[in-house]
Amino acid sequence: MLSLVRSMWLIFLHMFHKRETFQYPEQKAPLPARWRGRIALTRDPDGGERCVGCYLCAAACPVDCISLQATEDESGRRYPEFFRINFSRCIFCGFCEEACPTYAIQLLPDYEMAEYNRQNLVYEKEDLLINSEGKYPGYNYYNIAGLAIKGKDKGEAQDEEPPVDVKSLIP
Amino acid sequence: MTNFWWIIGGVLFALLNTAAGLIWVERRMLALWQDRYGPNRAGPFGVLVVLADTIKLFFKEDWIPPFADKVVFVFAPGVVVFSVLMSFVVMPFAPGIVVADLNIGLLFFLAMSSLGVYSVVLGGWASNNKYALLGAMRGASQMISYEVFMGLALMGVVVLSGSFNLQEIVEAQKKVWFIIPQFIGFLIFLVAGVAETHRLPFDIPEAESELVAGFHSEYSGMKFGMFFIGEYLGITLISGMLVTLYFGGWLGPAFLPPVIWFIIKTFAFIMLFILFRASMPRPRYDQLMEYGWKVLFPLSLLNLMITAAIKLWLNT
Amino acid sequence: MPIIHIDNKPYEVKEGKNLLEACLSLGLNLPYFCWHPALGSVGACRQCAVKVFKDEDDKKGRIVMSCMEPVKDNLRMSVDDSDAKSFREHVIGWLMTNHPHDCAVCDEGGSCHLQDMTVMTGHAYRDYRFTKRTYSNQYLGPFLNHEMNRCIQCYRCVRFYKDFAGGKDLDVFAAHNHVYFGRQQDGTLESEFSGNLAEICPTGVFTDKTLKEHYTRKWDMTSAPSVCQGCGLGCNIIAGERYGTVRQITNRFNGDVNGYFLCDRGRYGYEFVNSKDRIKAPMVRHSPAEGSNGIPLMQHIRSKIVSKKVIGIGSPRASLESNFVLKQLVGADNFYLGVSAADHSLVSLALKILQQGPVRAASLQEAAAADAVLILGEDVTNTAPMLALSVRQAVRRIPVEQAINNVHVPAWQDAAVREAVQDSKGPLYILNVLETKLDELAKGAYHTAPDNIARIGFGVSHLLSDKMPEVTGMSDQGKAIAQEIATTLKNAKNPLIIAGYGSGSEAVIKAAANVAWALHDLGIDAMLTFTVPECNSMGLEMLGGHRLDTAMDQVLHDAVDTAIILENDLYRRLNHHTANHFFKSIKDIILLDHLYNPTAEKATVLLPAGTFAESDGTLVNNESRAQRFFQVFTPGTDVQESWRWLLQAGVATGNASLAGLVHLDDVVSAIARTCKVFAGIDTLTPGAGFRIAGQKIPREPHRYSGRTAMQADVNVSEPKPPEDSDTALSFTMEGYRGTPPSAMIPFFWSPGWNSVQSVNKFQVETGGALRDGNPGKRLIAPNVNGHTPFFTQVPEPFLPLAGHLLLVPLHHIYGSEELSVHTPGIAERMPAPYIMLHSEDAKRFQVAEGYLLHFIENGHHYTLPVIINDTLQQGAAGIPVGLPNMEIAEAPQLIKI
Repeated sequence: MLSLVRSMWLIFLHMFHKRETFQYPEQKAPLPARWRGRIALTRDPDGGERCVGCYLCAAACPVDCISLQATEDESGRRYPEFFRINFSRCIFCGFCEEACPTYAIQLLPDYEMAEYNRQNLVYEKEDLLINSEGKYPGYNYYNIAGLAIKGKDKGEAQDEEPPVDVKSLIP
Repeated sequence: MTNFWWIIGGVLFALLNTAAGLIWVERRMLALWQDRYGPNRAGPFGVLVVLADTIKLFFKEDWIPPFADKVVFVFAPGVVVFSVLMSFVVMPFAPGIVVADLNIGLLFFLAMSSLGVYSVVLGGWASNNKYALLGAMRGASQMISYEVFMGLALMGVVVLSGSFNLQEIVEAQKKVWFIIPQFIGFLIFLVAGVAETHRLPFDIPEAESELVAGFHSEYSGMKFGMFFIGEYLGITLISGMLVTLYFGGWLGPAFLPPVIWFIIKTFAFIMLFILFRASMPRPRYDQLMEYGWKVLFPLSLLNLMITAAIKLWLNT
Repeated sequence: MPIIHIDNKPYEVKEGKNLLEACLSLGLNLPYFCWHPALGSVGACRQCAVKVFKDEDDKKGRIVMSCMEPVKDNLRMSVDDSDAKSFREHVIGWLMTNHPHDCAVCDEGGSCHLQDMTVMTGHAYRDYRFTKRTYSNQYLGPFLNHEMNRCIQCYRCVRFYKDFAGGKDLDVFAAHNHVYFGRQQDGTLESEFSGNLAEICPTGVFTDKTLKEHYTRKWDMTSAPSVCQGCGLGCNIIAGERYGTVRQITNRFNGDVNGYFLCDRGRYGYEFVNSKDRIKAPMVRHSPAEGSNGIPLMQHIRSKIVSKKVIGIGSPRASLESNFVLKQLVGADNFYLGVSAADHSLVSLALKILQQGPVRAASLQEAAAADAVLILGEDVTNTAPMLALSVRQAVRRIPVEQAINNVHVPAWQDAAVREAVQDSKGPLYILNVLETKLDELAKGAYHTAPDNIARIGFGVSHLLSDKMPEVTGMSDQGKAIAQEIATTLKNAKNPLIIAGYGSGSEAVIKAAANVAWALHDLGIDAMLTFTVPECNSMGLEMLGGHRLDTAMDQVLHDAVDTAIILENDLYRRLNHHTANHFFKSIKDIILLDHLYNPTAEKATVLLPAGTFAESDGTLVNNESRAQRFFQVFTPGTDVQESWRWLLQAGVATGNASLAGLVHLDDVVSAIARTCKVFAGIDTLTPGAGFRIAGQKIPREPHRYSGRTAMQADVNVSEPKPPEDSDTALSFTMEGYRGTPPSAMIPFFWSPGWNSVQSVNKFQVETGGALRDGNPGKRLIAPNVNGHTPFFTQVPEPFLPLAGHLLLVPLHHIYGSEELSVHTPGIAERMPAPYIMLHSEDAKRFQVAEGYLLHFIENGHHYTLPVIINDTLQQGAAGIPVGLPNMEIAEAPQLIKI
């Protein structure tokens, strides 16, 4: 019983404390770098699209607001033919970023995306793709993956031996 | 006769505006106690948020679920506002400023305020929704339990003042406010009053963490607004009653007119109600019933008996 | 039945199985790679390790490979034992040392057995810190993608491709940890069953190349159980759709029909569904229908039908429902079967034989279990490819049985059995006009004209039973062949006789029936298989209707106003000139079809008919097995099932016999009611009202993604998902997640088993039938009590005629089927038009390879380049059938050069 009175008293005393509110439009909160806001598609160090269209973000999305179609260019790199995020459904959970094996999809510290028309919340690839490596500079998926693309043949990725000579019998 | 209508008009105007204003007051006060600002954009200090809220409520779709009992569903929210307003009929705001100076005023208050439970029960039942019905049942049993010793607690005051007439009760406190001789009675009435208005921490019929929104889950638009207004009117009523019965009503030093003293005291209790909301956790339902029947009920009986005994002893 | 104790719990298991099969059949999760229910065990991958204990007191136990250990009564073993578990985890850790870091760009991802097994063993962190081995890839043709880096050396690919399917051009090369699975050099994989490698390979070394063109993960596909439209065998398939196009065909296990495999025509021949030549909207006189002249479409159709002389032409590639509704709409007297004269005669003869004779038709799996096979006039690899795979298994049956008896190893001991069998083969005799791919397996393969084949067949039946007429004037060689075949068949327990439409000869079919019946009279459990040209040829024939050539007479003499043509290109049924004549003589043509074709150009009213992926329906395969296929997706255009168009036409014209038919169930029960032969097809699958726990069966897996984004570019408010009022399947991911009835499994998935290997969880035992029975229902039972109506008309021997050639039809797996050639990969492997001659004949007509040969048939001129093949009968000329840009006379027939 006394504890109730005590907590009432303590809460009453908050009357004289400083307020924590940020008066938003005039005053902006400093956001940490890992803030889960606007979703973007980043690029390789060499400027290529990082997204390889593996569909894992779409599968991880709990509200199913990501849809894409993978395709391949002449150099053997995969990329999304279209990549669409319906931000009117997005809950900014960051699962897509977590699922992404190529660090392509990243959530950025920016939340000012409100629109008067819901249709404008549907972002296509052109709207999502940014000219930056985002939070993971220097990462290039194809340097690690065993898939050959133009300019990086089999055995040229990180920690790879040159391709096996099938005709050799040397142990 | 015109005077009578002026009083009715004045009281109604004042009450409805207070109830509306309390929306803003509560949000500001809660914010204050939680280190926030609360509504601060519409108008000076955000007071116009009340207007915005009202407009919003009026323009919201007034949805009646197809599975509801339509007549009762529409009728229920009116009951609470009506019954609380009827209770104010006997409330003496100042000498002579009272709508009906009944000599059974206190009983009339008890009768009217307990009618409010119909609103909860009928609203919850008519919604035809399991959460609403659960809320309604909780409301009903809470009301029945707390009504009992609310009445018993008040009897102490009646014993001391020798009257059911509220004006006379106030007059009887000229020497000493009944808070002193009836401290236990006051505490019991305060708890019962909070329960009666199902305000936090006794908002068990609504309990949004368990029951969506309890008895008014299915309500929207102005019908929901009526429940809302009813709640704030209830707070005002209980605060007014507390002042009248235990804090000498309009009595106070003469540098302010009596009605102002009444308003100041009432507002102090309204603030207390809001502080309750800001600070107290909601008890479990069975705990609520346990406090009621096992602690407060015996205590109120004891209080009444001791008061009566002392009164008898003093009189003989 | 023996009882084994797994982790101290007793289980009753089947004798003769190995422990892995026993565990999987019991529903336990035990990882494996090299074992496959159709291929048996070799114990190569070391993944299915378990611990076996000597007795109850043995606490130490020993680790064994469960796939190599037979079930024994009172055997005690442990799957959960910590040693066994860590062994399995280490094995997969080693397998993964060289696995490339590329699941994200791997088409197997999401349906990958290696992923599943890695998760199952708990190998979550990579400890290996050194370099990875890499390989160069090969170009393997239009069907398969090769990515050798992903290989885990389980040897399943070569075991399937070489040992099971008889392929020659895929093998394992190099040595030690450099082993390489591929071809000797880049090039197209030759086997007709190469596509199965995509499912056989537990990881992404071999992946479906057509899927890669429009890549979609398994979890993102809307799938439905379907039936292959590629030939008359009716293999069960699963078709997957995404964004309105069909993405992939995978095998749907049916223990009676196709088992675990499909042929490449079936697997890859789906792309016509996505063709840009699809008819998407109704057309009236080549312009869009609505508002063309102010008359709503149905009223327009009504004006062409009501009080007009109308004929209907059915189709062997349309569902039974569509054909039935058309027959009802135009009346039985005006219903013609849209098949060529030759096909009509052959299929109706085959049907008659199956209905009246005492010998049953063999299913594909029964065929695989035959112990002697006689193929008459049929190149099964090209006319019914999966049957060739069955024959390959049948040839192994006797030697495998002998090996089991002599060496005392169980049949699943694949390596041991193969070692014992070596090259010995069971009896297979092939009589065909030309060499076939199966000749390499045959005890005897003879190439001669269809009539001679029939004569040998009659000769065999005479040797088996004196009731048969003796064949006079047979050559000594012929007599010897007949004698050899007769002796072999007489000694067999389950001989199988295969004939069909391939030779184009009725006499050959009759001879086949005679042989089978004669064997039956001897008390031998013989089986017959007749191949039929198209997916519903048999169903159409059973439904019954007039011959197409009589329609021609009707048109010429009787002034027909309107012809309703169902999913048919008459230019493939009649010769060019007859077809032109036909269309000229009819005022209005109403055509329902999928693709623009020459017939569509003649149509006054063109209605977009749904393909197998956009329709529900029933097909009857060559053994009279009725099987239902389900709509995969809603096309979102005016495309709908042919039977629905025709029902709407029935409503518009006030047709009484179609009154009240709206949904699939109505039509199906109407068929079962009105046609006795189809009794029972209304119970093939549960009806539209079927629910499990109040829920429909979802076509989409629970991980289906992008629902709220895929149509957001059109409108951010999602449309209501389409509803399926015809079947108990739903077009969404909501619904019952357990095992559906076997006939309506939209995809194989089970917790922890994302790949096709999850089919284990749907079977009563590994490799056994699906739970609640394999789907489909055979409509014809052999007529055992009746009198066997032997054929007694022996054809005259074929003799080359001066100045003439006998045209014989040659079928091609890639090219002869009308719709599958719309797949670019199949078109790539299709032969160019040709005429095939024996070198002596070429000399006779003074031509050589590559020359153009000109001939006249019925007054019409044809010119074709010559190719030479000396296995062809002299005096005959082979011409390919059904190639898209080849108009040709009917074969077989004698032509003058």
